[in-house]
Amino acid sequence: MTSLLSFKSSFKRKTAVATLAFLSAGLAVSCAPSSPDVATSPAAGDAASPAAAGSGGTVTLSGAGASFPAPLYQRWFADYNKQNPNTQISYQSVGSGAGVEQFQAGTVDFGASDAPLKDKDKETFKAKYGAEPIQVPMTGGSVVFAYNLDGVDELKLSRDAYCGIVKGEITQWNDPAIASANSGVTLPDSKINFVHRSDGSGTTFAFTNHLETACPNWTAGVNKSIEWAVGTGAKGNEGITAQVQQTPGAIGYTEFSYARENGLKMAAIENASGKMITPTPESGAAAFEGETVPADFALQVPDSKNAAAYPISTLTWLLLYPEYKDAAKREALSSVIGWSLTDGKASATELGYIPIEPSLATKVNDRVAQIK
Amino acid sequence: MTLNQSDKIQDITSGGFDSEVTAARKNFGKLMTGLVVACVGIAILPLGSILFMLLKNGLSRLFLNFPSVFTELPPPPLVEGGGFSNAIMGTIITCTIGALLSVPFGVLTAIYTVEFGRGNKLSQFVRFCTNVLSGVPSIIAGLFAYGIVVLTMGNFSAIAGGVALSVLMMPIIIRTAEEGLKSIPSEVRQGLVGIGATNFQGVTSVILPATLPFIATGVTLALARAAGETAPLLFTALFSQFQARSLSEPIATLSVLIYNFAIAPYANQNSLAWAAALIIVVLIMFVSILARTLTARKIY
Amino acid sequence: MTSQTIAKSETLIESSQKFNPVRLVDQIFYWLTVATALGVGFILLWIAWSLLSIAFPAIVKFNIGFLFSTSWNPVNDAFGALPQIAGTIISAIIALLFAVPLGVGVAVFLSENFLPTKVQTPLGLLVELLAAVPSVVYGMWGIFVFVPFILPFLQGIHRVFGWIPLFSTPPSTRQMFTTAMVLAIMILPTIIAISRDSLLSVAPELRQGAYGLGATRWETLTRVLVPSALSGIIGSVMLALGRALGETMAAAMLIGNANRINISLFAPASTISAMIANQFGEASGLQKSALFYQALILMVMTLIVNMLAEVIVNRFQQVE
Repeated sequence: MTSLLSFKSSFKRKTAVATLAFLSAGLAVSCAPSSPDVATSPAAGDAASPAAAGSGGTVTLSGAGASFPAPLYQRWFADYNKQNPNTQISYQSVGSGAGVEQFQAGTVDFGASDAPLKDKDKETFKAKYGAEPIQVPMTGGSVVFAYNLDGVDELKLSRDAYCGIVKGEITQWNDPAIASANSGVTLPDSKINFVHRSDGSGTTFAFTNHLETACPNWTAGVNKSIEWAVGTGAKGNEGITAQVQQTPGAIGYTEFSYARENGLKMAAIENASGKMITPTPESGAAAFEGETVPADFALQVPDSKNAAAYPISTLTWLLLYPEYKDAAKREALSSVIGWSLTDGKASATELGYIPIEPSLATKVNDRVAQIK
Repeated sequence: MTLNQSDKIQDITSGGFDSEVTAARKNFGKLMTGLVVACVGIAILPLGSILFMLLKNGLSRLFLNFPSVFTELPPPPLVEGGGFSNAIMGTIITCTIGALLSVPFGVLTAIYTVEFGRGNKLSQFVRFCTNVLSGVPSIIAGLFAYGIVVLTMGNFSAIAGGVALSVLMMPIIIRTAEEGLKSIPSEVRQGLVGIGATNFQGVTSVILPATLPFIATGVTLALARAAGETAPLLFTALFSQFQARSLSEPIATLSVLIYNFAIAPYANQNSLAWAAALIIVVLIMFVSILARTLTARKIY
Repeated sequence: MTSQTIAKSETLIESSQKFNPVRLVDQIFYWLTVATALGVGFILLWIAWSLLSIAFPAIVKFNIGFLFSTSWNPVNDAFGALPQIAGTIISAIIALLFAVPLGVGVAVFLSENFLPTKVQTPLGLLVELLAAVPSVVYGMWGIFVFVPFILPFLQGIHRVFGWIPLFSTPPSTRQMFTTAMVLAIMILPTIIAISRDSLLSVAPELRQGAYGLGATRWETLTRVLVPSALSGIIGSVMLALGRALGETMAAAMLIGNANRINISLFAPASTISAMIANQFGEASGLQKSALFYQALILMVMTLIVNMLAEVIVNRFQQVE
């Protein structure tokens, strides 16, 4: 039996060795193509890329935070990596709250948040790092009402209607407040099943931020998670999506990109000018037209005055340190941000996000250039 | 119960050679057999359904442009193809770290509680701690590793992930190792004392090898739990879109990839999540069969 | 040094025993096992301490009233845990009601030679594999396969037994009862695998003895084997209960995360771990403390469960 034991332990050692061998093989593979690509990338890449490529070794950046822009960030960083194989950027969507926390703790190279940093967070940061944190907007998005009603393809919701639904005051689909805006449509005599996010989320923040401005007597406040008067909670955009799809008579709020990718029906809603606006990237972008951006980029438009704007639209931010000890990391970061805001626009639109306007993008690049 | 047994013994002995089994006893047997067969049936239905769903959704993706899932990196949204070679490596690495930490620790602990301190205060305390430890929610194990590894090292890492997993694996390994050690009859220990073996010699050369099937089951169960756990890795190993380069960097794992991709709105990522889930199950099957063939022989 | 000088004055045999490296290894080995055994307790304390330190502000602010408050309002920083505590306990109990009889039944089946080994071994292997299926997959299976399948039956139960408060609401797509059933399925492999191993490890003499006395297979099983393996079986149930109490992802996906208490099992509910999984990422300040307070409550609950188990196991062992 001793032999069996030693066999067992040698087996373990073997696997460990095999693991290491596998790992180093993976390393060799991942390193091998990098040398020829150094030569090709300046030609293939844009103006911003030579900085990263010129530094020679591989730069690895890791970031964490907001889940709302995560698909876009992952797409951007993967595409950027294809053009600049020496820059590897990992992004993990752990949530804005955790993102800000990791950023404060210094465990990541950059953070990401769906809400601008609070003054309290800025002070904590300043106390630890001796300078203000930098936040720059990267993209925007809209929050939409997705619903499941057989035979109703173009639901229109007046302010009274959607405010009543989220407050629990309107409970039937054939309520006059809903019916009045949907003439010619037969609304069922069934209960409204409101679905809200159960997890803390920037989507909820943007949504309640709008409700507070748009709905009279909104008392639940503005936050990433609030105490809802009505409805069931679903985890994540995907949870909302699945629950709306499975429950006849359900309505929930989710990001535009999720609703579009899953083929959910989206309601047109009444904006501040009294117009019924269908959510699209264009109507979402219109929400930011003509707004002045503050110096810390913390632009929030809870209820756009623009007559063409879809009113529930928000920006999302990257959190950067004022100083990076590793020059290669700093250069890679400013390069990828510049690339994302120009060449990355196409993928933003493709994924259903709102690209940043060129004038704002220039301001962002200027700010990033000041990082030491 | 003791009473019942003595009743029965009396029953049987008073019957002398009358070993015939009464109809009532036969029917009892039939009823019970029927019940357990029904149990197996009811249990197999949902379990089979899950496995079927896994195979159906996983296999189709696995064999769509076949080796790519094993060789390529995870695809960004709305990009076709791709795979999760880095996550397979990551799962093997984090689970190996978890096992390297928890198996020796757990087995040694079990040896203490069964061989040296059977029934004493310390081993009762350890048993109690093990039970409580097994009830620690996985997300808390992750937080613990976050506190002791991530914050001290200053970044997310494969090591932190392994530490978090080891906390989850530990109680399973202790418990199964204890069961195994207890199953060894005391005659064996008396024999060992008789031939003058020290505790160390006895344990390592006779008792432990005899316990290997149990330890193998324990390790398999522990690995199975660890490989499928997302919560403890979310805030420790984090994730990486790239191949792991060292143990002190964020690392991709299958479970986190499944979590990320299963909830994404993109069909390609969804199907990769299914394939990854299937791979985890196949990896565990591989480990399990290997462990079983290596330790197939049961001695006591 | 002193022991060496004394050794010189002793007999040769004695001194050779004192220097015996085998004895030294033995001693080191013994203390190593003591150290790891103590280490288990230490790890537990360490975890508890790290929870406590983060939960502290919430404990100070809400005190014991946290346990009885139903509010969870991050805007006003008013937090309580009653709906989660109730949901955790109820879902785990229902899950055990389903899983324990089923699991022990299957374990008995797998430990006896009802089927040829060729069928039995793969079946056992299959069970262990299912413990490996990630809980996200169970959650997705629940959402897309199980809930649509079971809902019509639950609607039937509601129609017939709706007068019983437990079934008084129309079954929701996300609710307590289906979550508990999925939890039961998730913990089945744990119960089966460990119970089967304990049944198999019962000394063969006991079985032979029972057969020798003329007991049938089932009399042997119910009166000898299962009682002897009972501590292992209870251990497996405790392990499973731990998983049911702490199961995060599937619960968060299926239970509906409604922060209220409803007597009806068909209504949405919440559990502690689902609450933590839902809110951990975006929580900060007092909200995070309150989440850790809930985690602490969960740990205390498992502590109580284990104390009860200890008492039960001890009682049965005395009977043996």
